[in-house]
Amino acid sequence: MSTVTERMKVAAAARTPKTNAIGLEKTEYKGRDSTLCKGCGHDSISARIINSVWELGLPQHRVIKLSGIGCSSKTPAYFLGHSHGFNSLHGRMPSVATGALTANQTLVGIGVSGDGDTASIGIGQFKHAARRNLPVVYIVENNGVYGLTKGQFSATSDKGQMLKYAGVNDLPSLDICLEALAANATFVARSFAGDAKQVEALLKAAISHRGVAVLDIISPCVTFNNHDSSNKSYAWGKANETPIHELNFIPKYEEIEIDEYDDEREVQLHDGSWIQLKKLDADYDPTNKMLAYQTLETARQDGKFLTGLFYINDEEPNMLERLNMVDRPLAALTDADTRPSRDALKQIMAEL
Amino acid sequence: MIDGNSAAALGAIFNGVTFVSWYPITPSSSLAEAINSYAPDLRKDPETGKATYAVIQAEDELAAIGMVLGAGWAGARSMTATSGPGISLMSEFAGMAYFAEIPSVIWDIQRMGPSTGLPTRTGQGDILSAYYLGHGDTNHVVLFPATPKECFEMAGTAFDLAESLQTLVFVLSDLDLGMNLWITDEFDYPEAPMARGKVLSAEDLKARGGKWGRYLDEDGDGIPYRTLPGTDHPLAAYFTRGTGHNEYAFYSERSEDWEQNLIRLRRKFDTARTMVPQPLVDEVEEAKIAIISLGSNDESIAEARDRLRNVGIEVSYLRLRALPISHAVSDFVAGYDKVYVIENNFDGQLHKILLTEMPEHAGRLVSVAKCDGMPLSARFITEAIQG
Repeated sequence: MSTVTERMKVAAAARTPKTNAIGLEKTEYKGRDSTLCKGCGHDSISARIINSVWELGLPQHRVIKLSGIGCSSKTPAYFLGHSHGFNSLHGRMPSVATGALTANQTLVGIGVSGDGDTASIGIGQFKHAARRNLPVVYIVENNGVYGLTKGQFSATSDKGQMLKYAGVNDLPSLDICLEALAANATFVARSFAGDAKQVEALLKAAISHRGVAVLDIISPCVTFNNHDSSNKSYAWGKANETPIHELNFIPKYEEIEIDEYDDEREVQLHDGSWIQLKKLDADYDPTNKMLAYQTLETARQDGKFLTGLFYINDEEPNMLERLNMVDRPLAALTDADTRPSRDALKQIMAEL
Repeated sequence: MIDGNSAAALGAIFNGVTFVSWYPITPSSSLAEAINSYAPDLRKDPETGKATYAVIQAEDELAAIGMVLGAGWAGARSMTATSGPGISLMSEFAGMAYFAEIPSVIWDIQRMGPSTGLPTRTGQGDILSAYYLGHGDTNHVVLFPATPKECFEMAGTAFDLAESLQTLVFVLSDLDLGMNLWITDEFDYPEAPMARGKVLSAEDLKARGGKWGRYLDEDGDGIPYRTLPGTDHPLAAYFTRGTGHNEYAFYSERSEDWEQNLIRLRRKFDTARTMVPQPLVDEVEEAKIAIISLGSNDESIAEARDRLRNVGIEVSYLRLRALPISHAVSDFVAGYDKVYVIENNFDGQLHKILLTEMPEHAGRLVSVAKCDGMPLSARFITEAIQG
């Protein structure tokens, strides 16, 4: 007769760790321990990034992590420890991402920013990265406050919002999704750090998306902006989050059943993968830009918290495609690849 | 005949430039435009017709330099071109390039400052700014071409130094050199292989059993080893940040780590003294006085020395071609009663730097500085020397 211990040992032995398509366990994809406040929304997002990249079977050396400055910008150290990371300057992550992804177009770029980093100092670079359709996953970990510098209002803080030390905000907020749309972003989504399933589906879709993928993820700051009345708090988010559809991501190597159900809509991405959208209320067509504008603006005026994929356009060439570079990364080119011939120089000298 | 900016563009193209980002500003726009004009033919892959480079017109200078750093970090030979107001905007990233040790090149085609200044007039007023650009204890390598031929050559030297030293390299040209047409000797085809610096590949890492540290001084010259993103080895990745770090690129606030890092950066800067283009020296045995200058003042200085020779005054001449200086400069200065530091700016910026770095020669160094938007004339120089 086996003891409890023996039965536990047998059960433990029978449990094989799950591995992804390239044979790696999820623990391989972790980073260092977080030094953020316990309960911070950003740590949930980091966990979602780990899950998503692991499940997609991406080797970490192909991924680069980029960030600006802020609490959210610290997080790249806490996921994908085997990926190169660049914690750059406040509001300047997009330019660094642009240079890095151009120098090596085989890399997958995950950019992490915050509402200060993106909507204040970084608003210009954010807009231009969107405009260029830079193929980067652009995550804004949005908590409506400046956490790292201890509690000032950000540009996504709502008018009338009250913060303990900063007082009352008398300025209207910027809506990151609307700003992205106006800048011609080709993938615009909003989610909530508390909605793990949706965040992961969106992350996977973003990674597979052809161009810039803007994810505005409301990520509560437990220290400075988590009181129930704040529309960036866990309580408010949980009570008011209204997904416009239920999202599933199907990677290109999996079979998909395209059924003619009218409560489902599928969008195929350039790389062959699929996003499946199950309608929850009205039928939302994310390829309709005008509808995206109307939906977002109406929600903004009504103070509603809609989440989901508001807009996607996978038809538009991305910045790297437009540059028409050789397939090998620029960073890997040798003297022989780049140095024009002696005759070429002679000819130029002759022409001058 | 060619202008310095076109020469610089050709030099970049013939020396492996793979990434250019830029924002239009007088008088540097024509450098990037020359790249756009020459590169499509010169840098086309013979098999596919695709480009072996990328040029991005950024939304401002902050983005331009950010892109340069991102590209340099990822292994491209990357550069931007701008002028005085642009380098002011680039100062934050300049400090990051220095401290996080990221290969990058900024061409500053100087115009008159301060501020918006005279955008269409020449000057040499960014020497101090470029040398120290960035808050905190920051120091950069600066190159000073004097002719279109040197613009062509130094375009390549700048990349080699940036990648070898893993730092930002400035090339300070000026409007007169950059935008005017000059008669030039033919440019020499670059023979030497491009210097790509200490980069560990996956094979290198495997051979070392994965042992390395991003900011570890293995060789004693202050220059550590780096890996590029995309390297397929489990120990290749590291975190780049402008905050304090230890030898393994981990975040550190420890005083010892901070200080050791700055000491190593200084060691690296000292290594640069002998790696940068050395001064060109023309010593005349009878001369009791000498001139130190840089850049496009060269022709006027030649004329001034001729005029002075005709009235019996011999003047030796050292043309500085880079900062930081080596002992070659102090050895030169020691041999003369007076050394006239001639420059096209108002505050005597090079003079100030030389005083700081060679305080023992302060009594010999005389500032001869002028800034009125025009290139320096031979008469200005002869009058300054003859008193």
